[in-house]
Amino acid sequence: METVRVGSVEEFAPLPARKVVEVGGEEVGVFRLDDGFYAWRNTCPHQGGPVCQGRIYNRVLEALDAGRRSLGRRYDEERVNIVCPWHGLEYDIRTGRHPGNDGMALEPVAVQVQNGEVYVSL
Amino acid sequence: MDAPIRTASAMPIQEMGVETDTRDYLAHARAHARKAGYADWTIVDIDAHHVETVHWHEIIDYIEDPVLRHQATMYQKERIGAPPYGLNGDLGLRYQDVGGRIPHQSSRREKVDEPGVHLDVALTRRAMEALSVDYMVLFPTPMLFIGMHPQVEMEAVLSNAYNRWLAENVLSAEDGILSLAVLPFNSPDAACRTVEEFGANPNVIGFTVTSTRYKPVHSNEYMRLYRMIEETGKPIAFHAGYHWQDPSLATCNSFLGMHALGFVWCNLVHMTNWILNGIPERFPNLNSLWVESGLSWVPFLMQRLDDQYLMRQSEAPLLTKMPSDYMRESCFYTCQPLEKSSEVGLKATFEMINAETQLLYASDWPHFDFDAPRVIYDIPFLTEDQKRNILGRNAARVFNLPSKAGARKAA
Repeated sequence: METVRVGSVEEFAPLPARKVVEVGGEEVGVFRLDDGFYAWRNTCPHQGGPVCQGRIYNRVLEALDAGRRSLGRRYDEERVNIVCPWHGLEYDIRTGRHPGNDGMALEPVAVQVQNGEVYVSL
Repeated sequence: MDAPIRTASAMPIQEMGVETDTRDYLAHARAHARKAGYADWTIVDIDAHHVETVHWHEIIDYIEDPVLRHQATMYQKERIGAPPYGLNGDLGLRYQDVGGRIPHQSSRREKVDEPGVHLDVALTRRAMEALSVDYMVLFPTPMLFIGMHPQVEMEAVLSNAYNRWLAENVLSAEDGILSLAVLPFNSPDAACRTVEEFGANPNVIGFTVTSTRYKPVHSNEYMRLYRMIEETGKPIAFHAGYHWQDPSLATCNSFLGMHALGFVWCNLVHMTNWILNGIPERFPNLNSLWVESGLSWVPFLMQRLDDQYLMRQSEAPLLTKMPSDYMRESCFYTCQPLEKSSEVGLKATFEMINAETQLLYASDWPHFDFDAPRVIYDIPFLTEDQKRNILGRNAARVFNLPSKAGARKAA
């Protein structure tokens, strides 16, 4: 396993921020949310698409009233997804999991911050 | 942490969008092609799309009727905020990109600086390179609705103009860019004229019925058309589409539900009529190709029709064998969008349709549910020979295309 420098913490702004890097032919997406850094392989488990190079969307929820009637959809302010640009599959940036299928998940990459620098280990 | 520590290289594209070059967008498909060694394979993509309305101002020049051509010219020149002249459709109900999540579905505004090369040729070449495809069959996009045109004559006017424009400006055997000419199916005589006009064109390798329409495919008025197509030796394709205004589908409140059903429903109906009325018995040398409905509907319909047929054979007297036999022997299918959530179901489907000989690869690029060749390559229960058949050999046989295995770009 090799540890490589991705960049300085300051480069990851404004939030949510992301940097997709390539190391020795391997592609990794490093994301910064308000509670820390997360890193995932840039390969969608669906068809191998460049998932980390997609757009970032908050998760969509559907609100129900007490009578279980739909109040329509809204964005979840807490949960943030990366969306694969090939087919639109979404993954929670914190957990790497598809919001509708726990068994479908991105491959994690170890990420750490030391002295204001962000590193990943491959 | 041990020193020295390398610094990772930032990828040139951090976020893909509508301006991303097709080759960058599909770089992972290209990487897979190199790894799989596709340079040695013939890969035929039976269903890809271009957006013909981008060039509608060119297409209207091919309208034969001088009055309509003049009308179209004035409309395109002066009318503000209007859809393309004469074209029916669903205006803004186009949610395929899932609210911007899938940019390539919305637009390809990438830079193309190739003087003398038509934009659609340049974009198609890029997609072929990225997907490692030797032949790519182009279909229109908004015109998939044209079977619902309220003016029957206009379906023929616009289909003819489109076919001629495409043949003169985009198709190229040298490039491997081919088409299945759009039949103005609501006007059988006009459809016959399309076969007469393009039957000998080597870049037009078959004929398309855009499936979204309310016409019975077994009507006697189509028998001359089927005979003519059979005589060309080229297949007839039924390219699926949706129709949200269909009363049943209008109950669906999401594009997800409507699209999942709609793209299958039209072909379910046409296939049922095609088989039960014995079209394969009447025209045994006419191959039919069922495009863009995925595959899971086929085992369903095979079992459903077989079950009912045994009890009511007198209502389908032309048949000499089970409906599923015709569906497996005289019908061909494109794989996209390949439903692959269940390997058990997929394997059963492949066996029931005899995928080894009847299944053809299709990408549907650049649409939101496109399939790269690896959807076939990665199937664990297929042998390499079967994968080669599905990705190219079957299509080469059905469409009489020369093999290009090993003859194209270095992978």
